[in-house]
Amino acid sequence: MTDPSERMYDALIVGGGNAAMCAAISARRGGASVLVLEAAPKFYRGGNTRHTRNMRCAHDSATETLTGPYTEAEFWTDLHQVTGGQTDEELAKHMIAESKEMLGWIVEQGVRFQPSLGGTLSLGRTNSFFLGGGRAMLNALYRTAESLGVEVLYDAEVVGADIRDGMFLAASVKRGSKIKRIRAKTLVAAAGGFEANIDWLKQYWGDPADNFLIRGTPYNRGTVLRILLDAGAHPIGDPTQCHAVAIDARAPKFDGGIITRLDCVVFGIVVNKHAQRFDDEGADFWPKRYAVWGRLVAAQPDQIAYIVFDKSASTLFMPSLFPAIEGQTIAELAAKLGLDTAALEQTVARFNAAVRPGTFDSTVLDDCRTEGLVPPKSHWARALATPPFYAYPVRPGITFTYLGTKVDKTARILMQDGKPSANMFAAGEIMAGNVLGKGYAAGIGMTIGSVFGRIAGREAAKRASN
Amino acid sequence: MQATETTSPALIEADRLMVVCNSCRYCEGICAVFPAMEMRRSFTAADLRYFANLCHGCGACYDDCQFSPPHEFNVNVPKVMAQVRAESYAHYAWPRAAAKIFEHNGLAVALTAALGVAAFVAGFVAWTDPSVLFGTHTGPGAFYRLMPHNAMVLLFGAAFSYALLALAMGLRNFWRDGKGAEAAAYAAAGHDAATLRYLDGGGAGCQDGDGAESDNRRLFHHLTLYGFLLCLASTTTATLYHYVLGREAPYPWYDVPVVLGTLGGLGLLVGPIGLMREKAKRDPATKATGLVGMETAFVAMLFLTSLSGLALLVLRETPAMGLLLAFHLGVVFALFLTLPYGKFVHGLYRYLALVRYAQERKSGP
Ligand SMILES: Cc1cc2nc3c(=O)[nH]c(=O)nc-3n(C[C@H](O)[C@H](O)[C@H](O)COP(=O)(O)OP(=O)(O)OC[C@H]3O[C@@H](n4cnc5c(N)ncnc54)[C@H](O)[C@@H]3O)c2cc1C
Ligand code: SF4
Ligand code: SF4
Repeated sequence: MTDPSERMYDALIVGGGNAAMCAAISARRGGASVLVLEAAPKFYRGGNTRHTRNMRCAHDSATETLTGPYTEAEFWTDLHQVTGGQTDEELAKHMIAESKEMLGWIVEQGVRFQPSLGGTLSLGRTNSFFLGGGRAMLNALYRTAESLGVEVLYDAEVVGADIRDGMFLAASVKRGSKIKRIRAKTLVAAAGGFEANIDWLKQYWGDPADNFLIRGTPYNRGTVLRILLDAGAHPIGDPTQCHAVAIDARAPKFDGGIITRLDCVVFGIVVNKHAQRFDDEGADFWPKRYAVWGRLVAAQPDQIAYIVFDKSASTLFMPSLFPAIEGQTIAELAAKLGLDTAALEQTVARFNAAVRPGTFDSTVLDDCRTEGLVPPKSHWARALATPPFYAYPVRPGITFTYLGTKVDKTARILMQDGKPSANMFAAGEIMAGNVLGKGYAAGIGMTIGSVFGRIAGREAAKRASN
Repeated sequence: MQATETTSPALIEADRLMVVCNSCRYCEGICAVFPAMEMRRSFTAADLRYFANLCHGCGACYDDCQFSPPHEFNVNVPKVMAQVRAESYAHYAWPRAAAKIFEHNGLAVALTAALGVAAFVAGFVAWTDPSVLFGTHTGPGAFYRLMPHNAMVLLFGAAFSYALLALAMGLRNFWRDGKGAEAAAYAAAGHDAATLRYLDGGGAGCQDGDGAESDNRRLFHHLTLYGFLLCLASTTTATLYHYVLGREAPYPWYDVPVVLGTLGGLGLLVGPIGLMREKAKRDPATKATGLVGMETAFVAMLFLTSLSGLALLVLRETPAMGLLLAFHLGVVFALFLTLPYGKFVHGLYRYLALVRYAQERKSGP
C-alpha cells in the first residue's frame, strides 16, 4: 500500500462494521478506489457487527433458510408498531423495499446463512441467521473486499475532518501517536453510534449512565457523529432513545455481547432494589419486549433490578453466561441479593396471592395472569412456590444509540439548511435514527447497515467519478 | 460446573467454554458439537469427552467467535477440545497404564519397537544364514525364506490380536459412557464418518488461519482413511489367498492383494504427509500443546508402513529385499502395538460419538 496520506481516494469509508464493509464493497464494485479506516485493532474489527446473529429482510417466499414469506407490508407494520410511528415513512419503506435484494447480495459477497435451529427468539420466518454469527459474516465481507482491492487500515481512528460548506475534503486519522491527513473525493460515515461514550450518554441520562453496561464494542464513541454534527449535519433522533435490554449485572462494562442477555423475565417477577415490582413482566412475548426492559431498569434506583423465579421456570429459557443466584427460601435469596428480606417476602406473597389459575403455555399469550395487582402480570403468571428460588441481577445493557445524521434515500447526509451534502454519506447506526425513532425489532440493525451501506457505496462511487 | 468427577484442567476449561457457547449458540450450524451441547444445560465429564470426540478441530468456530482471545472470555473451542480428546484416548485406553507409556513419547516408543523387531528378524536370519538375508529370492514363498510363514503368523497374529483386544476394551469403555443406540443411528453415523461430514468447517472447509478456508484436510484425511482400508483389504485378501486358495506371496503386481495394497499404500503416502503439512499450517493458537506424541507416532507408522511396503514391491527381486522386509515387518508390528493408544482410536471413538449424536437427535440425551 502506498502511503494513504499521499493519495486521493474516491471513497473514504470510516468504520469497519457491516455498514462500512457493505459500502466499501459496493463502492469498489462501482469502480471507486476505496480506503477503509477502522479505529479498532484487527481482532476487534467490525464494531457491534461482531456480536450480531441475524438480519431482517423482506422476502416473498420461504427459502432454504427462511421458513416462510415476510412481505414488505408486514415488515412495515412491524416497524411501525415497534417505533410507535416514530419513523421516516418514506425512507423506511424505501429501506424495506431494498432489503428484498439484500439477502442475495450478501450471499454474493461470500456470507453464508444457516437454518435457524434453536434459541427462544423464534425468528425463523423473518430473520436470516449468519452461519457462525456476525464475526463469520465480517470475515467473509473483509475477504471479499480485500480481494476486490479495498484497502483497510486498522488502529486508524478518525479524530477530525476538514469539511467546508457540507463538502468533505479530508479526515484527520490518529495512528499510534501520529495524526495523518487523508484526502478523498467522498466520505461514507459508518462509524456507529456513541453508546460507548459514557460522558456523552451522561449529557442526557445524568449520573445513571455510569451504571449502564455497553453490550458491544468500546470503539463506538461517536467521534465521527460529533464531527459531522459540528460541521452542520442535520441531527435526527432523540438522544435518549437507544436500544437497551436488561442484561446480567455481572457482565463486563464493554463487549460482553449476546451471552449476558436474560430472557427469563416473562417467567418470573422483576423487582428493584427495594424489592418492589415496577412493570408487567408478562405484557407480551419476549422478542417484542426485550428492548423495553433496558429502559425500565434504567429508570429504577441505582439502575439495578432482580429477576426472581422458581425451580418450575428454571429450564424454560436460554441458558446464560452467569449462574443464577440460588436460595432454598425467599428469605435466603433476599439475603444473598442484599435485599430487604421482609420486603421481598411480601412482594412475592402478594404476587402469589394475585395469581389466577390458568393453563400455562409459553408459546401463546396464555391465560395465566394476576388479578387486582399493580402492576399486573398479564400472562405466564405462576406462583413462585417451588424451591429452590433463583435470581439474576440485571442492569441496562446499551446496544446502540439512535441520535444520528439525517439522510435522504441515496444515503446522502442532509445539512441543517435542508440541502444534501456535496459528497458525504452515512450508513448504519450513525443514521439509524432516521428509521428508528424509538423501539427496536430484532435484526433491523443489520438491515439498516446493509441497505444504506450498499446504497452509500454505490452513490459515493458515482459521485467520485463525476 | 459439573465436570467434578475428574479435575483435569482441560475438562474444567471445556466445561467453562460449553457454558459460554451454550449461552451464545452462534456456531450451532457449523458442526455436531454445538447441537449436541444444546441438548443439555450442564455437562458431565463424559459429555465433554463425547463432545471432544465429535470435534474435528477444523478451527471454524475459533475464527468465527467474537470471544476468542484476546477477548476476556477467552473462548478457544478447538484447542480445548483437542486436549480433552487426547486425554480421552488415555482415559478410555486398556490397559490404562499402557496409555501412559505412549502419552508423551509415542513416536520414540513406536520407532524403538519397529527397529527392535526389524533388527530381531534381520539378526535372526543373518545369524542362521547370512546369505539368505542378502540373497535374491523370487517366486511364491520368497518372503518365507526369511521368516517362515508360521513364525510370521505367530508374531503378527499375536500383535494384531492384542491390538484388537485392547481396541475393543477401549471402545467398550467409551461406549459405557453413552447409551445404547438403534441401527439407524449406526447407519447415519456411518454415512457421516465415511464422508467426513463435519470436517468442513460448516461448508467451506477448514480454517487455515487468517480466515482463509480450504478443504485440503478433508482430502488428505480421505486419502489416509481409504488408503488404510485398502491396505486392510489387501492383507485380508492375501490371507484368504494363503489359506483358502493355497497361493503364497509374493503375488504378481496385477493381482488383487498387490493392486489393493499399492493403491492403499499410495494413499497412505500422500495422506499422512498432507495431514502433517496441513497441521503445520493451522493457526497455532487452536492446537493443543504438548500432545504430539501419539498423534505423530500413528501417522509416522502409517507412512513408514506404506513406504517400506511399496519399496518392497519395487525392490523385492533384488538383494535389498531381506532388509526391507525385516524393516517393513518391524514397522507393521509397531503399528499394531500403537493402534490402541494413539490417533488411530480417534476414528473409532468419533464414529461412536456420531452414533450417539444420531441417537440423541432422535430421542434426546
Ligand atoms: C450483543 C449485540 C447483539 C446484536 N445482535 C444483532 C442482531 O442479531 N441483528 C441485528 O440486526 N443487529 C444486532 N445488533 C445491533 C447491530 O450490532 C448494529 O445495529 C450494527 O452492527 C450496526 O452496524 P454498523 O456498521 O453501523 O456499526 P458497527 O458494526 O458498530 O461498526 C462501527 C465501526 O466503526 C468503527 N469506528 C467507530 N468510531 C470510529 C472512528 N472515529 N474512526 C474509525 N472507525 C470508527 C468501530 O470500530 C466499528 O468498526 C446487536 C448488537 C449487539 C451489541
Ligand atoms: S465458539 Fe464463540 S461464537 Fe461459537 S458458540 Fe462458542 S462462544 Fe459462540
Ligand atoms: S473446531 Fe470445528 S469441529 Fe471442532 S467444535 Fe469447532 S467447528 Fe466444530
